[in-house]
Amino acid sequence: MSKISYDGPILEIDQLSISFFTRLREIPAVMDFSVVVQPGEAVGLVGESGCGKSTVALGVMQDLGVNGHIVGGKIKFKGQDLGKMSAEQLRDIRGNEIAMIYQEPMASLNPAMKVGKQLIEVPIIHEGVSEKEALRRAKEVLIDVKLPDPERILQSYPHQLSGGQQQRIVIAMALMSKPSLLILDEPTTALDVTVEAAVVDLVKDLGKKYGTSMLFISHNLGLILETCDQICVMYSGEAVETGSISDVFDKMQHPYTQALFRSIPLPGADKNSRPLVAIPGNFPLPHERPSGCNFGPRCNYFKDGLCNTQAIPMNKIKGFERHFSRCSRIDEIDWDTPISNSSQFESLPPGDVVLKIDNLKKYYEVAANALFGSSGTYKTVKANETLSFEARESETLAIVGESGCGKSTFAKVLMGLETATDGGILLDNENIGSTPIEARDTQTVADIQMVFQNPFDTLNPSMTVGRQIVRALEVFKYGQSDDERNDRMLQLLDLVKLPRAFATRMPRQLSGGQKQRVGIARAFAGGARIVVADEPVSALDVSVQAAVTDLLMEIQRKEKTTLLFISHDLSIVRYLSDRVMVMYLGHVVELGTTDQVFSPPYHPYTEALLSAVPIADTSIEKKHIVLEGDIPSAMNPPSGCPFQTRCRWKKDVPGSLCETEVPPIKTLDGGHQIKCHLVKSKLEKMEPVIKIAAE
Amino acid sequence: MALFILRRIAIMLFTSLCLTFVVFFLTNLYPNLEKMAKTQGNFRMNDEAVLSFLENRGYLLPLPVKYGEWLGVYPGYVIEGSDGEIRGRCFKSDQIPSEAPRYCGILQGYWGYSTRFKSDVWGIVTTRLGLTGILMFWVMALMVPSALIIGILAGMREGSRTDRSLSTFSIVTTATPEYVSGVILIAVFASSAFGLKWFKGTATAAMDNPNLENFFLPVVTIAIYGMGYIARMTRASMAEVMTAQYIRTARLKGVSFPNIVLKHALRNALIAPFTVIMLQFPWLLNGVVIVETLFNYKGFGWALVQAAGNNDIELLLGVSVVSVFVVLVTQLISDIGYVYLNPRISVT
Repeated sequence: MSKISYDGPILEIDQLSISFFTRLREIPAVMDFSVVVQPGEAVGLVGESGCGKSTVALGVMQDLGVNGHIVGGKIKFKGQDLGKMSAEQLRDIRGNEIAMIYQEPMASLNPAMKVGKQLIEVPIIHEGVSEKEALRRAKEVLIDVKLPDPERILQSYPHQLSGGQQQRIVIAMALMSKPSLLILDEPTTALDVTVEAAVVDLVKDLGKKYGTSMLFISHNLGLILETCDQICVMYSGEAVETGSISDVFDKMQHPYTQALFRSIPLPGADKNSRPLVAIPGNFPLPHERPSGCNFGPRCNYFKDGLCNTQAIPMNKIKGFERHFSRCSRIDEIDWDTPISNSSQFESLPPGDVVLKIDNLKKYYEVAANALFGSSGTYKTVKANETLSFEARESETLAIVGESGCGKSTFAKVLMGLETATDGGILLDNENIGSTPIEARDTQTVADIQMVFQNPFDTLNPSMTVGRQIVRALEVFKYGQSDDERNDRMLQLLDLVKLPRAFATRMPRQLSGGQKQRVGIARAFAGGARIVVADEPVSALDVSVQAAVTDLLMEIQRKEKTTLLFISHDLSIVRYLSDRVMVMYLGHVVELGTTDQVFSPPYHPYTEALLSAVPIADTSIEKKHIVLEGDIPSAMNPPSGCPFQTRCRWKKDVPGSLCETEVPPIKTLDGGHQIKCHLVKSKLEKMEPVIKIAAE
Repeated sequence: MALFILRRIAIMLFTSLCLTFVVFFLTNLYPNLEKMAKTQGNFRMNDEAVLSFLENRGYLLPLPVKYGEWLGVYPGYVIEGSDGEIRGRCFKSDQIPSEAPRYCGILQGYWGYSTRFKSDVWGIVTTRLGLTGILMFWVMALMVPSALIIGILAGMREGSRTDRSLSTFSIVTTATPEYVSGVILIAVFASSAFGLKWFKGTATAAMDNPNLENFFLPVVTIAIYGMGYIARMTRASMAEVMTAQYIRTARLKGVSFPNIVLKHALRNALIAPFTVIMLQFPWLLNGVVIVETLFNYKGFGWALVQAAGNNDIELLLGVSVVSVFVVLVTQLISDIGYVYLNPRISVT
């Protein structure tokens, strides 16, 4: 099948409306959506979950399932209306002219088919080439996506590859027939930050090399800034603002865009002097959208009679070429007013040491042959290697690292779900490291509590919210009577700013943010002194994240809690933590105050991590460091320094020190600890990764 | 792999031991022995006669001793009976007692003597198993392909009209037991009730010369029952696979629908039904009991019915051992086959 030659825009979506039809009602998913993708251009589609961005992508692919229908508007690809094409014409376009890259690489590859076979299918179907020719091309593309040893990869099954490699395969598959348009649906959300950075880099380069236009769907503004030329912000099924990256990022003209930027932690935000501004209220459900402006009820500039009477069209912004906004009051609002700092807080001085971790080690024995029993061979996984640190009262200590670095294992040992292999956890000078949770006394259990990552799974679906909190109070032996516990439960709901009426609701009636608040209330039920927050906001939407983070900070101020904040998101860590601990493959590689960790000298891993995190601010200049390869498996860690296989500073260490010896912990000025072989003079020469460009 | 198979064989032996002991214990309960004595000897025997009959033939030895004899780890009994005749477990009719071996049990390759058929158990079991094997082969040949086709057709477009009609069909067939469907089939196709005398209502002739006319009805009766079940499993598995993301990937790669089903979905969808199909073997073993009796086809199931009806201890034990063997061997094949279908699982 030859490609269509056409000079105009690659993709024109004009006033597209898509609805899903259920037995009950029609649910509009996308309304009046227009966007144009020019040849070679990358357009970012940004919005929170449920705003309809993935529906747009599937609409372009004409793959909306049985229930979804396009109810209005047109999607034109190279001038041809996709809606009027026959199934056969569509098949010719799919994979050939328009290719798609998906969020979860593991799920989008066929588990029972070798990678090679899945790749060669594309040119065989669309161009009718021979299998040999297709294989030759597959190898070429695999080299393009920087996969080592293409021969071996072609013969592997997907499960034999790592997540990053799988995503490269998916990208390779999309590029096999050199499509004109590439749709990327959250392509890096399931990947670790350093792997994400490498994949994003790759997509950008390949886009340039093949001249492919891209529709890049993401909830991450920073990623969009790094990859796209144009951006379209979506809210509740509508595009609210479109324009070039610089227009929308620097001269935003819609209240939602503005609120979104104010609720994400950018460098400069600080929990005490410049706290984030959360968007009030909740995302409207698709069948409960307000009349007029969808964002109206949550908007600071809402004007009765103007914003809620009729549907608001996209308005062109005067003085810009391709900048549109769906707001009736564009000209009335002064977009340059700085954020009104309504709330500023005194920073709390840290108190006494509450928790002391002393040379903690956690090893797992894993049977080498998991399915068909052990033949006596065991492997040791060193999940935590000599962890030592202290945490003080009302301090926030962030534990940062990518998957497999041992941060969750540490949380489990601290909670008593696992026991330490060696070393100790001292809570008020009492070693609890080898006491499992069943053997801990009530006070210790109540003292150390946890807020979990996924609020959707951690609440019992068949128990009311109030009952779950009361249950926690019973376990912690709080109060004498049910009435007393009930009162306390209502106070806890006040504490997490949920209406008292929520006590009788079931978890399914709550939104993600509200569920996480219940989780927080439960953790604080017994007056916890140490709260382990394991990625407490990463499953939530951006606008809700700020509110939940602020809540945690507020409770901490009130209760003087020690917060152990486990996260992979450096932006939020910088915003709220006092001290930061960076972990890699079970080792603590760097430990210091937030300022020390976020400015040079860095541990080489921290440096790469900082460079990998996308920041949604056009005035930031980042040094570009891309790590090669994947994180080594904890089953089979490298010899010597755990980071030596990916370290760009290795050549500056004389001899083979990095490969043979685990580096000692160096203590620099101000108690800043770095586990690296680099000599002090080299460390001091490091340049900052993030620079705010001179205005 | 070798270790895995060795372990499975050890499990098989252990299961056989346990199972035969249970059968042994039950068949050696006194009322059962009494009943056997009366069918063997004389229905009008009085209690004393029964006792001496049993005693003379070694039936009243302690249970572990008898079990040991059967296994061949304990010397066979030699009893000088109350009637003066010397009987021994290992004596053969034309043999001089002093030349008989001391041990005769499974370990020596002696499976015992069937009191019902007055012949060697091993011979009976092998001929009957052979006949049932022919029946099973045709059942599988008819049931598996049609069940998979029905399941895949139903599952590839979940909720469509094809799906609903095929699903109804499979539910109906699997909800009808063989003794109902067998009788209906005989009434419709073999009796004068409908005038369609297409097939024969008895399969006795099929033991020597199986052909479509005398063998079709028993095969269909068993196949139709198992078919619905396998088809439902295949449908569920297929429907789930069709909603998987990699199917969407294939669709958006431009693969045509028939190729999506054949190349992408089929192998993944067959993983679950494969185990079910292999599980059908043990089920077939007892399913044939009804059908073989109904159609008077003297196979393994029929032999089992005869052995149980006459408390034929050694034949029952022989049948049990063979059944355990068949079940566990098919399960072993199923596990190994599973590894080949599902690349994510490895035995080594």
